[in-house]
Amino acid sequence: MSAQPSTATRRPSRFARVPLLVWVFLLVPLVVELFWVFWPAANSFSLALTRWDGIGLAEPVGLQNFRDLAADPIFLTALQNNVIWVLGFGGLSVVGGLALAVTLNKPGPMVSLYRSAIYLPMVVSLAVSGLFWRVMYAPDGPINGTLGLLGLGQLERQWLADPAVALWAVLIAAVWRQVGYIMVLYLAGLKGTDGSLEEAAAVDGANAWQRFWRIVMPQLRGVNMVVFAVTVIDSLRTFDIVWAMTRGGPYNETQLLSTYMFQQAFTTGNLGYASAIAVVIFALAIGFIITYLARQARTED
Amino acid sequence: MSALAPPAADAPAAVRDRPAPRLRRPRPARSPWLHVAMVPVTLLWLSPIVFVLFVAVRSYDDIAGRGLGALPASFSLDGFATALTQGGVLRSLGNSVLVTVCAVVASLALSSFAAYALSRFDIPFRRTILLTMLAGNLLPPQILLVPVSSITEAIGIGDTLTALVVVQVGFGIGFYTFVLHGFMRSLPDEVFEAARLDGAGPGGIFWRIVLPLSRPSLAALAALATTWIFNDLIWAMTVLRTEAKFPITAALLNLQGGFASAWNVVAAGALIAAVPTAIVFFLFQKQFVSGLLVGANK
Repeated sequence: MSAQPSTATRRPSRFARVPLLVWVFLLVPLVVELFWVFWPAANSFSLALTRWDGIGLAEPVGLQNFRDLAADPIFLTALQNNVIWVLGFGGLSVVGGLALAVTLNKPGPMVSLYRSAIYLPMVVSLAVSGLFWRVMYAPDGPINGTLGLLGLGQLERQWLADPAVALWAVLIAAVWRQVGYIMVLYLAGLKGTDGSLEEAAAVDGANAWQRFWRIVMPQLRGVNMVVFAVTVIDSLRTFDIVWAMTRGGPYNETQLLSTYMFQQAFTTGNLGYASAIAVVIFALAIGFIITYLARQARTED
Repeated sequence: MSALAPPAADAPAAVRDRPAPRLRRPRPARSPWLHVAMVPVTLLWLSPIVFVLFVAVRSYDDIAGRGLGALPASFSLDGFATALTQGGVLRSLGNSVLVTVCAVVASLALSSFAAYALSRFDIPFRRTILLTMLAGNLLPPQILLVPVSSITEAIGIGDTLTALVVVQVGFGIGFYTFVLHGFMRSLPDEVFEAARLDGAGPGGIFWRIVLPLSRPSLAALAALATTWIFNDLIWAMTVLRTEAKFPITAALLNLQGGFASAWNVVAAGALIAAVPTAIVFFLFQKQFVSGLLVGANK
């Protein structure tokens, strides 16, 4: 196409031959990403089929790592915790973020102050958020202190050392940081909704609850999709905040797939086994990655 | 704190307004209920930050004697001093700033190259290339950790800040390219035609036209990338072994181990770590929010 002689005189821009410099522009970043992302990712899949301590040669063991995983109680706890994490972390931050977005979707100086306060935690890294919440959850910390002041002393506990509540304690800290992000996404979505539809429904006698579910929510379908995919992908990646708060303890009760994978890889040195866990994480995430990509591809058209 | 006053005074009026919801509609955002609900939520939301600030400015003896949850009865900057000197927070802060600046500049440079090529030229399979690059950024990092760690060692940059920068760039460019591509594609064709008639080549057009016009989206991405890279923990823990090279996030976790009972030191370190990204946030709040929205619009 580009070599057709008829274009020689006018050279329409879209079909002009791609100059060499432009190929360099494209290939340098592409090669960097291929080398540092796609090649390592491919390697993980082959490592998952080996037993390797990182020093000697990797010994091929077929699917043995995956059979071991199926019988590994810590892995199963981590898997179960990850399901709780997707539902709890995802559910609470989406409900909280949506509720706050609807509440704060109006002008006013006070309202922008509230909004800033809600998304302020996002600038604090997950690792530092974890430290902040370690202070809150300390045995003699503010949370137990407040419970004592309110006469609820029987609810006081060692939040991060008590296997019954530790996972939820970490989860609340993660939600604290995530809600602002979800709120910002929904605020942008709400800005794109048609206010006159709501007005008309109100004139017809629909109450606020009905207007929200029947008029506003259907218009937010696009944002919902993005929020859903982002939340699940983020949940499966979660590592920093758990590592900063509990390192998976007490007794592996707050272990997620990502923290267990990291421990197996860099604390225990079972690199093949760790790669098998990484493959499981990938398998769980890939469906949501494709959902997100398909959506982005459509907006690219 | 002054935010507490107005809603409290307005509260009785709200009670009177309640039985006539229809009449309320023409006066939006006047309802005091918003403030009645939001002031406590806001205070609760800020409370972890406020308590950490309290702990950071209390003396060790005060904390040991009266507990972490008590309100400050002392004021001391010892926590900050100890964290900065003995805790090595200053050194690790320097590492973080160095890595962040290098990685942000390099990622945005490389991804604007790629975005320019993909958006303004007839590259075969450009859509596939673009989406593949984006897909790389969406992969769970866990699938990359073990091989990345061995690759950095195999090519002789194991345990160096260079490795951390390179890994951050490699993992980030897919996303930045995708966003910049969307922006560059929307630039008007007339500008390019005019430049071409003036005899500008592809390099000149990129440097003198595309980059200046892309400033808004570059700023949004820079704000976002700065917080991501500065706040990273998992890549640092994957490629670095020597404590002296740790960025602030990883160093803080060690600080917590070394100063386990000195909560004022840990809290001061945590606050220091949050300051640089907070500054970026407040200076570039608009860009930051628009950066977050990238990929979520429509």
